[in-house]
Amino acid sequence: MATFRIKRYNPEKQPEAYYEDFDLDIPSGATLLDCINLIKWTKDGSLSYRMSCRSAICGSCGMKANGHALLACQRQASSLLDKDGTVTIEPLGNMKPIKDLVVDFKPFWEKIDRIKPYLQPGEEPPPEKERTQSPEQFRLIDDTSTCIMCGNCYSDCNTLEVDGNFLGPAALAKAQRFVSDSRDQNTHERVRELSKPGGIWDCTHCAECVERCPKPARPFYRIKEIMTVALEEGVHNNNGARHALSFTRSVKASGRLNENQLPVESMGYFNIKGLLELVPVGLRMLLKGKIPPIIHKSIDDVKDVKRIFKDLKQ
Amino acid sequence: MIEHDVVIVGAGLAGMRAALEVCRDLDVALLTKVYPSRSHSGAAQGGIAASLANSEDDSWEEHMFDTVKGGDYLSDQDAVEEYVKSASRVIYELEHMGCVFSRTPDGRIAQRSFGGHSRPRACFSADRTGHAILHALHEQVMKNSRSIKVYSEWFMHSLIIEDGQCRGVVVSDVRTGAVEVIQAKAVVFATGGYGRAFQITTNAFASTADGVLAAFNSGIPLEDAEFVQFHPSGLYRQGILFSEAARGEGGYLLNGLGKRFMEKYAPERMELAPRDIVARAEQSEIDAGRGVNGEDFIHLDLRHLGEARIMERLPQIRQLGIDFISVDCVKEPLPIQPTAHYSMGGIPTDKFGAVVMDAEGTRVNGFFAAGECACVSVHGANRLGTNSLLDAVVFGERAGRSALEYAKSVASPSVNESREKTRVLSQFEEIFQREGSESYNDIRNEMKVVMTAKCGVFRDAESLAQCIEKIKALQVRYKKGKVTDKGRLFNTELYEIIELGNMLKMAEIISTAALARKESRGGHFRSDFPKRNDVDFLHHSLVYPSDGDGLELKTKPVVITRHQPAERTY
Repeated sequence: MATFRIKRYNPEKQPEAYYEDFDLDIPSGATLLDCINLIKWTKDGSLSYRMSCRSAICGSCGMKANGHALLACQRQASSLLDKDGTVTIEPLGNMKPIKDLVVDFKPFWEKIDRIKPYLQPGEEPPPEKERTQSPEQFRLIDDTSTCIMCGNCYSDCNTLEVDGNFLGPAALAKAQRFVSDSRDQNTHERVRELSKPGGIWDCTHCAECVERCPKPARPFYRIKEIMTVALEEGVHNNNGARHALSFTRSVKASGRLNENQLPVESMGYFNIKGLLELVPVGLRMLLKGKIPPIIHKSIDDVKDVKRIFKDLKQ
Repeated sequence: MIEHDVVIVGAGLAGMRAALEVCRDLDVALLTKVYPSRSHSGAAQGGIAASLANSEDDSWEEHMFDTVKGGDYLSDQDAVEEYVKSASRVIYELEHMGCVFSRTPDGRIAQRSFGGHSRPRACFSADRTGHAILHALHEQVMKNSRSIKVYSEWFMHSLIIEDGQCRGVVVSDVRTGAVEVIQAKAVVFATGGYGRAFQITTNAFASTADGVLAAFNSGIPLEDAEFVQFHPSGLYRQGILFSEAARGEGGYLLNGLGKRFMEKYAPERMELAPRDIVARAEQSEIDAGRGVNGEDFIHLDLRHLGEARIMERLPQIRQLGIDFISVDCVKEPLPIQPTAHYSMGGIPTDKFGAVVMDAEGTRVNGFFAAGECACVSVHGANRLGTNSLLDAVVFGERAGRSALEYAKSVASPSVNESREKTRVLSQFEEIFQREGSESYNDIRNEMKVVMTAKCGVFRDAESLAQCIEKIKALQVRYKKGKVTDKGRLFNTELYEIIELGNMLKMAEIISTAALARKESRGGHFRSDFPKRNDVDFLHHSLVYPSDGDGLELKTKPVVITRHQPAERTY
């Protein structure tokens, strides 16, 4: 007998959410969705959640099991039980609950909308037949185009938890779909927009979205691909790009990070307002004795680092 | 009251393609009980057919012949001709919109073989073609958000037809439970199929006959309801889809003896015979005790394709096997069985997507339909794989254009809002007031079991009579069900109850039409009449609602132009 501890919420009845335990014998081979359906259909019809295809392609049944987002239809229920035979089910995070496991997807879709999620093929009329695209060019958008918009990455994104303005992993993965599409003529404008606050450079590289993605879309890898294109396109006039470039320069030159130079270069030498904002942080670090050494030294084997950079360039 | 020029119900391939057509000139409401990207079109895997001739010679004539023969000569050939002629153009248009396709080495759209097609004409995006097209169309819908208003998670309850003119739909917002009337000059249904009436099915939970039943309840007949396609490769017990592309890429079907049994049933085409033939072959092997380990499944063997080919062409299938049954098809064969997949029948339309009432083709003013919910009929008695995505796109566009032209020619019709709303609200009340003890779960399960067992791959007069009797008993029990959620907020139980009511009626219509067709043709196989009978049954069936809860059956002639019915062997 397994216990499904489900977070219940119905503001029509009471304002606070609570947990309710349902005991169930898991049928052989049953997915988490099969079990939740059994609970709804045999124990409590008022339990609300979304589901449709049950084959991991529609993206409806995203929810949290034991604190992490997953597709309920994609996972065997028995694999989710802890030592006591319990699994805790909660709604997706970073979105407002509506009822039980149903959350409000409005902000999710608004952010998808913000990245102009459609091909911009330019003014020229299309050819009579298909535009050609080589298998190699197809491969650049193969993984991103598997996204099913389930919101699992959005739910568990650590940046979104503190910064509601962040576009989030799903919208950025969708953006890469067009940034890297050989048929799209608006790459430069796209990466310029995506380099603004709330865009690619606000990602903290925790890669939680890669862990939670039920498909090969893996948003963080797509974000890194946009960063590369942005730098190649010369879109450097923003803190994120300057940070990345300063980071690279420092490591290339000395084999280690120059932590005094990095924040200044990230802000930009002529960004007086930004530089002034660094002053209080610097002072606090000074008081706590956390200022890095003023004189920056190279590591002993800096030659090897330079060789790696040289190899990479080739 | 909400007002739009045109309202489209259903936001899969057909619905969104229609919306893109209407939005050129008019304002359109696109209503879906899920979200557009959650539509079941996205579950289609293998491909979309067109004679692009990108990998070998091909022509629309061959595509047409394959489609007509595949449909066991029940297709309306005038519609098929226009349909296959449009195929290349609509696929190039999808490509221009940005749809992601797998490519040939020289960069053109790649094409592969599929059951019943004599040439490799399935254009594909790995094994997620429906998903790729669905998202490409959704992108265009988002781009046109100024003229297309999307109502996600709204449920359509009924169609408003008065004095022979369609005037809108009655709907409710799943989130709040609020009932609204959407008044429109034209209505397009693109509501999909009804495979959930069966126990073993590839269909999503949302595929529940709401659209076809709303039309039926307005007095419109349903055409060819007896023709349900059983797909040969459903995951054992779950029914979820393993694409026919697995066989298109060279996969084998093996019985319990480890033998490729298709040589007995379709010696020339083997595993790539049309679905009705392969599904019957599988079921025959299982029924003869030659399933794997004597159980109700056979094997789909892909091991000889190798990991590289599988990862390039069938990655999703491999992942489904690993996730759902811990079977990696690179190393082990997949256990499969026939599974209810597609409804060839539906709301009768002409080749322009306009809904018609009778054998004479009398139009219902302002009402259009496309995609799986509609019956044009291009698929006849059995649809070929990759022809459904094409159907949705071609006839989605046509229904959209017809709706646009119609809506531009008429003034806004009047609607009695309070009367229409009251009807649906009183349906809600009636359900909430049910004090019975019957479990809807039991009723639903019993319906699904009886439909698969008695109205499945093989049928006969006795099994169908039992099926109808059982379904009627379930309809009575349905009225005495037990309701637990009487709230307004996101009450999914309420919608499931309404859907079950629709499916119970649909199950009766399917089995009644199946009982009346005393022959075997395409997806409909009568063990007691195992031969096709062109003398008595070369016609479409129409099931009308009659007094009270009754059904009335009529027929409609098949349009035959280029290909006279001939024996069908593969």
